Amino acid sequence: MLTGLGITAGYRAPVITDVSLTVQPGQTVGLAGPSGSGKSTLARVLALLHKPFAGTVEIDGETVTGYRFQARQRTKIGVLFQQPRLSVDPRFTLRQAIAEPGADRVDELAEKVMLTDDLLGRRPHEVSDGQLQRACLARALALNPRYLICDEMTTMLDASTTAALVGVIRDYQRESGAGVLAISHDAVLLDRWADETVRLSAPPSR
Amino acid sequence: MVNLEIDRVSVRFALQGATVEAVNDVSLVLRPGECVALVGESGCGKTVLASALLGFLPGNAETSGSARLGDVDLLAASDHELATTIRGRRIGLIPQSPASHLTPVRTARAQLEEAARVLGGDAARAAERAGLLPEHLDRYPHELSGGMAQRVANALALVGDPSLLIADEPTTGLDRDLVDGLLAEFRRLVDDGHAVLLITHDLAAAHQVADRIAVMYAGRIVEVGPSHEVLDNAKHPYARGLANALPDRDFVPVPGQPPLLTDLPAGCAFAPRCEQATAICEDRPVLTDSPHAVACHRPC
Repeated sequence: MLTGLGITAGYRAPVITDVSLTVQPGQTVGLAGPSGSGKSTLARVLALLHKPFAGTVEIDGETVTGYRFQARQRTKIGVLFQQPRLSVDPRFTLRQAIAEPGADRVDELAEKVMLTDDLLGRRPHEVSDGQLQRACLARALALNPRYLICDEMTTMLDASTTAALVGVIRDYQRESGAGVLAISHDAVLLDRWADETVRLSAPPSR
Repeated sequence: MVNLEIDRVSVRFALQGATVEAVNDVSLVLRPGECVALVGESGCGKTVLASALLGFLPGNAETSGSARLGDVDLLAASDHELATTIRGRRIGLIPQSPASHLTPVRTARAQLEEAARVLGGDAARAAERAGLLPEHLDRYPHELSGGMAQRVANALALVGDPSLLIADEPTTGLDRDLVDGLLAEFRRLVDDGHAVLLITHDLAAAHQVADRIAVMYAGRIVEVGPSHEVLDNAKHPYARGLANALPDRDFVPVPGQPPLLTDLPAGCAFAPRCEQATAICEDRPVLTDSPHAVACHRPC
């Protein structure tokens, strides 16, 4: 179980205050809410990429004590971001990007996300957003994470690529029992994808 | 107000040892008071086509065909002519991720007033029309929310009162309320007699605002017709697959991957992914000449 309890977090000023959220193994939780409501901030805290001001994160019963480079449980959580182009070292080929977590399973992972050998040899600027996001998904799955956090993963993608990547994630969940937190603006997508959806309310106007 | 007549436009990029066929033989007419959405997956050539219309292609690009806006061929016009008579004046561009297109060290007002001065427009009126309050204009780009930055970009595109607007993925990253607001704004502009070319991968947004949808695949328009016809009664197997991939429909991807633009098949580019393909698909299908046109030998 991935749990955030009473999370208050932000950047100087808090963006979210006293928010709690739980993702059960095998479950897909949707996270919705308008721009600025703190969806990405909560995602970054749960992915151990951002230290909250207050509150605790628990992963499978273990309380998280360190964030960012001090996060010992970091590899239990895979993350996908909105813009694959900002998430991959531009000097790497897709093959190198997928192998970056230290896995020797590149071919197996590439097959899962339907990347051909030719595409694996290319660098980010030589492939489309959809193809690059496929590589990011393969990379996120390389260490068999217990939980996967998808922060607007499909925003840059067309309907077909969206359906394909959600299909890959669902297959992985069936095999591994991983839990998924799916963040999106798209209520129609979350209705179809998530078992339940949590909504963050609009930020107070500044 | 005049039509935009895109006639058999192709764009190629010469790379070392390869040619990228980014746009192939695209024809499309856009009339005043009409919104046409150009949809397709990323990398299918949508943005390259828009760049060609505005003369924003890189030096290694070769174009053929013509794109006439009244008496000007946009593909043949010099950069000077485009800069002094077309961009901002007759064609407004609403770029993707507007916040990153604004100058970070100047307020929205400074940028809008500069555009108004150069283009001979009215900054206050453009701001009002884009839904901006005067106090918003005194903010720097980093102080603007995504929705506000979008409105500033809209105001910048509108200030020279162009008759044609090209919006490149304007809804990406905006939440639903902002998307609805933006699309309503486009609709108002269209109802005022503007022509809008909406480039998007968001079929739902296209359906919501466009009069016609053109589906692009591997640099070609494979289907074009009235929005509801294309989405609800698609004739091209790719267009049908794309519509069926929507989360409120089958949510099933089109099988396979798009072809490499450096190595396109001689026949129908979709045939390798198409369940209905037969030997006849080794000949390249031609887009039919009808209100709901399709380029397919074996339409659905």
